[in-house]
Formats: sequence, structure tokens, C-alpha cells
Amino acid sequence: MPNNVTFAQQICHAQHQAMQDDSTMLAMGLGIDDPKAIFGTTANLRETFGHERVFDMPTAENAMTGIGIGAAIAGSRVLMTHQRLDFFLLAMDQLVNNAAKWHYMFNGKMSVPLTIRLIIGRGWGQGPTHAQNLQAWFAHIPGLKVIVPSRTENVANQLYQAIMDNNPVVFIEHRWLHQQVSEQSNIKPLHDEFETTSIYRTGEDVTLVANSYMLPEAMRAANFLAQQNVSCEVIDTCALHDIDWSKINNSVKKTGRLVVCDSARKSFSCGAEIVAKVCEESFSYLKQSPVRLGLPDYPEPTSFALTKDFYVDADKIVNQIGSMLNVKITDKLAKPALHDVPGDWFKGPF
Amino acid sequence: MKQNLELYLSMLRIRRVEEAIAARYSQQKMRCPTHLSIGQEAVAVGVCSALDKSDKVYSSHRAHAHYLAKGGDLNMLLAELYGKKDGCTQGRGGSMHLCDLSAGFMASTAIVANSIPIAVGHALHFKSQGLPYIAVAFFGEGATEEGAFYEALNFAVVKSLPILFVCENNRYSVYSPLSVRQPQGRSIVNMVSAMGIEAHEVDGNNVAEVFEQVSTIKRQMVTQAKPVLIECHTYRHREHCGPSEDDDLGYRPQHEVDHWLGRDPLNIGIEMLGIDTNSTHFLAASAHMNTEIEDAFSFAESSDFPDPATNHEYLYAE
Repeated sequence: MPNNVTFAQQICHAQHQAMQDDSTMLAMGLGIDDPKAIFGTTANLRETFGHERVFDMPTAENAMTGIGIGAAIAGSRVLMTHQRLDFFLLAMDQLVNNAAKWHYMFNGKMSVPLTIRLIIGRGWGQGPTHAQNLQAWFAHIPGLKVIVPSRTENVANQLYQAIMDNNPVVFIEHRWLHQQVSEQSNIKPLHDEFETTSIYRTGEDVTLVANSYMLPEAMRAANFLAQQNVSCEVIDTCALHDIDWSKINNSVKKTGRLVVCDSARKSFSCGAEIVAKVCEESFSYLKQSPVRLGLPDYPEPTSFALTKDFYVDADKIVNQIGSMLNVKITDKLAKPALHDVPGDWFKGPF
Repeated sequence: MKQNLELYLSMLRIRRVEEAIAARYSQQKMRCPTHLSIGQEAVAVGVCSALDKSDKVYSSHRAHAHYLAKGGDLNMLLAELYGKKDGCTQGRGGSMHLCDLSAGFMASTAIVANSIPIAVGHALHFKSQGLPYIAVAFFGEGATEEGAFYEALNFAVVKSLPILFVCENNRYSVYSPLSVRQPQGRSIVNMVSAMGIEAHEVDGNNVAEVFEQVSTIKRQMVTQAKPVLIECHTYRHREHCGPSEDDDLGYRPQHEVDHWLGRDPLNIGIEMLGIDTNSTHFLAASAHMNTEIEDAFSFAESSDFPDPATNHEYLYAE
């Protein structure tokens, strides 16, 4: 009998274990203990650990981030959750000027064990201000750790390690991953060593780099292309502050081709950084110009009709690689019935 | 009374340190923006003298007085201004990012109002851990125009946190007077009272009044955790940032400047605290203070510069 667990359940599991392992830990967020429990990711936290340690908060993202930083400096371990990343933009002063720099500018005298969960949406009318993956903003700031999970097997380990880290960590979850399942026996234990960059699939012809919801799309594309005799190596960059460049460079040395799939705007993106780095370090190994796939240079529209071609999906990845390798793709990749939901389970609104 | 003399000497020490910084500032050896506390010493000393070592203080860009009043190390302060290795952050932060954890002076930060939530977070930690201490946030009245102030204060009230908000109202945000920033006649104390916080207006140039008020508040706060705000009316004597006087620019009315210079906290201190500046004890303390300050400058000047090879250190904590 398969014993499947979901990404959301794994996120919840990591928080329960961290709260249990560190009695100083506080968890706060708008709606953290409401009946929906943030898409089920914070279920039973308050019931288990009490309202002094797990609490709903005022709609005051900036000061609440500062309050989290202050509690962390003082000796608490703090986790904050935001149902949408876009609202957290109100907290940039506290994140950038305080959280990221505190340990450095006070010369190591204090540390900030603060993790901030940010959830990004996509489709089903999330529109211009509920669907932005601004991972490149956070990755641009020295002193922050930026973790962008993709896989159900790893997410509990990644979140647990983020919470137990003595640094500010921005943990960016994609809403479309919440129902992704994995066999319980494949789950990476919480205390296992955290892997910042991992080779998810080995291949010979193209290096495909992705994170967040782009990783399952990249895997769908790679599995499909395998049937067309195209072999993709898929690399998961889940820790943007600490990418293991040797893994990407070594892969490109082998394949000579690089495609980076970004779930954010293509221009000035993490994808751009990865391509730049590979050009700097492995230029002579590239057989073709590297390619970035990402969102266009305008905000995400809301209407079902307007978002039809907005995202990068497996189909676009397949076509891109097909044209790079000059391979005629004969079969058609099976597509979901509706372009703006991850599956039948998603009925909106968030 | 010993305590009265201590209050006065603490103010005098801050004044002399700041004046000595100003006197040397043009040498171009202290190469960082510096906001002197001259004229505002009574707030820092009145508040910090009523605190215990375990109480934690946070401050803003104009922090020298708060740092010294809380017991921050003078040598480390001056070495920091000189950008030296023995500075309190080894030259990482400069005048606007001071820190002496052994004194309970946690941090000052440069962005207006942004250390207020941090102080509230420290109070949250105290409360959640059942610790009988208080956190203090020093800030100027300009910070009461920032969203972070209202957000932090609101949360402190919701959670009854042991935090003392100390608003130093010196009437100017750089060159911008209160009249262009806040409605005429609105009182900060009345405004925050409506948000549900206990608030008091204090003569910020009268150290005895500040000290007594905060001593009473502190006793109540440790018995039953609650947030309190005090608004301290005061005035800076010199320019916003830098060593000089700048009233030749005409941004402050002369009658206002005259009024406040006539209310110098040191003179008021002598009167209210009954200080005999001719007493042997005072004269000895005064002479000792001058030596201490001279020595601290020598210490700062002779300290080594930090090595740029260490620049990558402490990006992340272990």
C-alpha cells in the first residue's frame, strides 16, 4: 500500500518538530491558527504548543518582521509565515536593513535566527500582486539565506534546517506545490545534511536548472524528452545564497548546453545570474548560447484568457530544447485541461 | 545626595565627550556621519539611570548619549568613530550602529524608527520567557511619522509587552520643523493614548523629572508587564549631523533657539539636583572625567585599523 504524504503536510511536520525541539521557538503569521491553517501547513500548531508560542498577528508586516528580529536577537527562535509573498514587500526595511545585516554590522555579536515563509501564487486570477516570485531580490542581499523548495521528499528537511539555522532565512514556497505527493519512505529525515544544489536527474545532452514549481515542469519535460532520445540533466537550485557552482559547471562541461527555468520574470533574474556565472566559468564548454526561460516583462494579468501563454511549462521547455538540438518533437506532451491550475484539487481562491 | 551627583556627572560626561568629538571632528580622522546629543543629555541619563543592567536599550541615529548613559564603554565608542579595531563593532557600523552588550545597550540603527520594532521584539522575548526585565526604545519625534512606530506600538499594546517607548521631541527632522510634518496642536501623548497605551509628557531637559518618572514606570512594569510611552521635550544645540552650530541658516526661529539654550539641561540639572560645582568631590570627579576622555581619544587614535581581509567575516552566524 502506498503511503503518500503531501508537500503541505511535510511543511507542517517540520514546524511541529522544530517547536518541540526548541522551547524558545515562536511561530507567528496572519491566519496561522485560523480554521484554514494556511493551506493546512500550520495545522494544530497552536493546539499543540499554545497561544503564547503560536499566534496570529496584526496586519503589520514591517514592524512584525522587526519584532521577529528583536525576539530572535534576544534569544527566541522565530518563524513567520505570510500567505502571499507580495504582502511581505511592506517589510523590506526590516528584512534588508536589519535582518540581513545585523550579524555583520555588529561584528558577530548577535545573530538573528529568523525564518520567513513566503508563499507565491500562480494562475486562477492571482494576478499582478499575488503571484510574484521575487527570489532574485532576496538573493541579491548579502546576509540572507534564500531557500526555494521544490520536492516533497526534501521540503521538511529544508524547512527544519532553515528554522534551526541561526541566520535570517527567506523560505519561498510555491502554492502549486502544496498538494504534490511523495511516498513516505522517500522522505529525507529532518536532521540529514541539507543539500544546497542537487542533481535530480542525470543526463548527457542538456543541463536544465530549475527550482520551485519550475522543477516539476522541468522533470516533466525531461521525462518526455527521454522518450524522444534526448537526455536532460536536471539540477535543483534550492538554496540561492549558496549554489554549488561546481555541480552546474561540471554538468555543462558534460552537456555543453544550458537551459535555466525561472518562475520569475526572465530579465534581471536568478536565471540571469546562473547563465552569467556559467559563461564566466565554463564558456569554452558551451556548444550553444545558454537560454533563460522565464516570465515576460509585464506583470501577471488576472483573466483566465490573458494568462494562457504567460507561464513557462513543460511544453515550452520541450520546444526550447527541441529547437536547440534540432530534434523534431513528434509526440505531444500531455497537458492539464486548464492552464491556470496545478490540478483538479485547486478550486481557488488562493 | 550621591544619586543626584551621579545623574549630573553622567550628563556632564556625555556633554564633554560630545564637545571633544566636535572639537576634533575637522581633523578628518573620524570619518563617519555623527549626530551629537548635545542638549539632549537629560533624557538619556534620566531614563538609563532608572534601568537595571538586564534591561535592554535600543536607539536611533543620535545614540551617543544613550550608549554612554546605559554604561557603554567610552573607549569602544571613540575607537568606533575612528573606524578602529577596538571600536564596538570594529568599524563595521560607525556612529549610527553602536553596541555594548555587556552594558545592555543592544544596538542603535540609522533608519528612522527601524529599531523600535526590534526593541518590542526583545520585550516579546522577555514576556514569553517570563523574564522580569524591560526593553527601551529611544527615538525622535520624526519616528512617530513612520508606519513602523504605529505598528510596533499597536502590537505592544495588544500583547501588554514590557517596553518603554522614549520619544525625544526635539522639534526638527533635519531642517524640517514639526509644523510641516504634524498637525498644529496635536499632542503625541494624546494621540498614542487613543491607541491604548499609557503615555506621559515630560520635561526632557530636567533630568530629575525624567529619572523620577521612569523609576516609577519601571517599578510598575516589572510587577505587571505593560507598554508605556514618554514624550520628552528637548532641543538639540547643534546641527542635525556634524560638529557645528548651524543656526546661521535660519531654519529655527531665534527666539526659540534662545529659549531652549536658556534651558540647558546641565544648568537645570545643577539647580534641580542641588549640585555644588565648587565642592572638592565634584572638582575631583570633573578632573578625573577630563583625564578619562583624553585617555579615550588617545586609545582610539593609537588603536589599529581593522584588516580589510576580515571583511568577509560574520556574513553568516554559525
